[in-house]
Amino acid sequence: MSETVKSIVLIGVGGQGTILVSKVLTTALVTAGFDVKMSEIHGMAQRGGSVSTQIRYGKKVYSPLIGVGEADILLAFERMEAVRGAALLKKDALIIVNDYTIIPPPVASGTAVYPDNCIDALREKFKLIAFNAAQVAEELGNPRVMNVVLLGAMAEVLQLDKLDWETALKVNVPERFIEINQEAFKRGRELARSEEEAYAP
Amino acid sequence: MKQLMSGNEAVARGLYEAGVKIASAYPGTPSTEIIENLRQYQGVYSEWAPNEKVATEVAYGASIAGVRSVSIMKHVGINVAADPMFNAVYDGVEGGFVIISADDPSMHSSQNEQDNRHYARAAKMPMFEPSDSQECLDMIREAYQVSERFDTPVLFRMTTRVCHSKSLVEFGQPLQVESIPYKKNPAKYISSPANAMVHRQLLEERLQAMAEYSDKAEFNRMEINDRKFGVIASGISVQIAREVFPADYSFLSLGFTYPLPEKLIRSFAEQVEEIYVLEELDPFLEEQIKALGIKVTGKDIFPNMFELNPAIVRESYWGEKQESVDLDVDMVARPPSLCPGCPHRGFFYTIRKKKNAVIAGDIGCYTLGGSPPLAAIDSVICMGAGFSAAMGMAKAFEVSGVDKVVFGVVGDSTFFHSGITGAIEILYNKGRVIPVVLDNSTTSMTGQQDNPGTGLTLSGEIAEKVSIEALFKAIGFAKVITVDPQDLTAMEAAIDEAIAAEQACAMIVKRPCVLIKNIEHDFKLCVVDRDLCTSCRRCLRVGCSAIYYVDGKAYIDPALCTGCTVCMQVCNFDAISVVD
Repeated sequence: MSETVKSIVLIGVGGQGTILVSKVLTTALVTAGFDVKMSEIHGMAQRGGSVSTQIRYGKKVYSPLIGVGEADILLAFERMEAVRGAALLKKDALIIVNDYTIIPPPVASGTAVYPDNCIDALREKFKLIAFNAAQVAEELGNPRVMNVVLLGAMAEVLQLDKLDWETALKVNVPERFIEINQEAFKRGRELARSEEEAYAP
Repeated sequence: MKQLMSGNEAVARGLYEAGVKIASAYPGTPSTEIIENLRQYQGVYSEWAPNEKVATEVAYGASIAGVRSVSIMKHVGINVAADPMFNAVYDGVEGGFVIISADDPSMHSSQNEQDNRHYARAAKMPMFEPSDSQECLDMIREAYQVSERFDTPVLFRMTTRVCHSKSLVEFGQPLQVESIPYKKNPAKYISSPANAMVHRQLLEERLQAMAEYSDKAEFNRMEINDRKFGVIASGISVQIAREVFPADYSFLSLGFTYPLPEKLIRSFAEQVEEIYVLEELDPFLEEQIKALGIKVTGKDIFPNMFELNPAIVRESYWGEKQESVDLDVDMVARPPSLCPGCPHRGFFYTIRKKKNAVIAGDIGCYTLGGSPPLAAIDSVICMGAGFSAAMGMAKAFEVSGVDKVVFGVVGDSTFFHSGITGAIEILYNKGRVIPVVLDNSTTSMTGQQDNPGTGLTLSGEIAEKVSIEALFKAIGFAKVITVDPQDLTAMEAAIDEAIAAEQACAMIVKRPCVLIKNIEHDFKLCVVDRDLCTSCRRCLRVGCSAIYYVDGKAYIDPALCTGCTVCMQVCNFDAISVVD
């Protein structure tokens, strides 16, 4: 096992299911024998605030917290939140972003304008995998599995083949939703793979 | 196999393993999940108390009666519980007694970031500071040994990142702890001045004995490596120190921080040349270490406010700012706002129209009634202040000859917590204040916990519903108006009626929170007719995140709307309608 600790940031808006994704991810990492620490802030999460989870794994992890400029991977559930989360990223970091918009209250009330250049700005500075996971989830028949589509993409880029994702999903998802979540996971993996191939020289 | 657990989950497991029998708490982020997890364990009585003082008195009573007990709260809850806490230290315990304080550096969900370690020193009580989930479990077990061995309550001080971050935990074997046979002991448990004089001297001896324990405590660990540089840290800072500083530095990691291990610190200082003290918030360790005559560096370089993280500590220590990639995007904040369908919206929207009104608010979801565009609230101080601060304002306006109508606004759980005393104050001292309870039948901001008004206990048993209306009437309010805030016409009529009332008048604004899971909600959906919408933007004034403008006209997001119709009622052009 490598000595280096990997730092992952998940960011989204309250209600998008970031917590479930971090649970599945950490379950898989723990089962594979990694030391894992995970930190989340959920005080105001239900009221439309920005929600983020930080996950660190490796042989031995001390701090549960990631500082500015220290994270390796960002999984963003919303476009502008991706930009917010990018502040924590290293220069050569990888971003998986859900190309999806949730209007924040100041934009809703007309006092601010939603930035239209999020994806372009991110693509300029980072390696970016962007797709509309909400649309994929809708095609699968349940908009709520958007989060697991994103998880699938994350699983692909982590390149941790020995992780038992199937079991990790099973223990964290209610039984009647397992099938659709497994399908969502598979679709996310495929999308990330084809996006990654697009980067290949 | 080890399990990934939050600090709160691990503390709950530790309380169970330690043989705790009675647990009482008041909800407050980041402490809430401790007792919510504890209730799953057989043989532990767990309850929500009306407030933190009551929780602490209940737990202390249980200790006096011979069982291990705990009271649990967020940091500001300790302010409420401070009275019984300080006195329990003088009197001591029978069954082990631990008070858990969950502090919130960076104020993720709080109104201040007070450093409750000062309470240990002020009350002269021993204190533990865990740094990860395994320590949460192990230290809480040890805390009960300390409590019984030294005959004292113990302060168990956690912080948001310890409570809410997850790390691997290995369980221990639950202890079989027998109840201590009850014996009447008035000299010990009656806090009269004569007894307190005796207790005060015993307390000094106890502190001495605990200082000796501290030097040898399992959770105060010295690791001498490099003799040039050393770091002393406690709580979460222990983990950050190990992350940031080279492994060949020397470390003194403190988990039992009051009384401080003086001899251990002196020994560390003798072996290490240059010492840094890393701690979140106040220089609690640093000042005491400096008072020992030991030269250390702490708050001269490390911040004395907000949470620490590795990047902040690196920058403070090595002076190198961690670079982040600069993106040229004009960001918009996501301030928390009242949920779509929130019953508080109708009240705040309506009262905002009364230009003469001054509103003293309180702690809860309804604090968000102070944010634009509702912007209805004038002040928020602490739990319960909604009524009593309103009283002071009203009296001040009276003496100053200012013409204002003053409302005090609290939630149902806050009313039971400490609003009720303010209501008594208003009636007793003839305040020209209208006390308003926004009764959404839950303690919502912390995640929909039950309270004395909901008819359910923490364990889900049916309980007597304490009636807010009956309480107001019993206090002596001649008129108690109960109104549904979703009907804006009725809401406005109720406010006008209360303002016009000659006698003491209270108001209950009643409708359940849309997030309550165990009741049926009659959710519908509001839709906009684009042909009728005149783009007047009036509907945006209700501050609902489900309504925004798309292509120049109002749009209601069907995924968010609950069909509460508040926006429909404010629309002057019948452009919004409701569908099932």
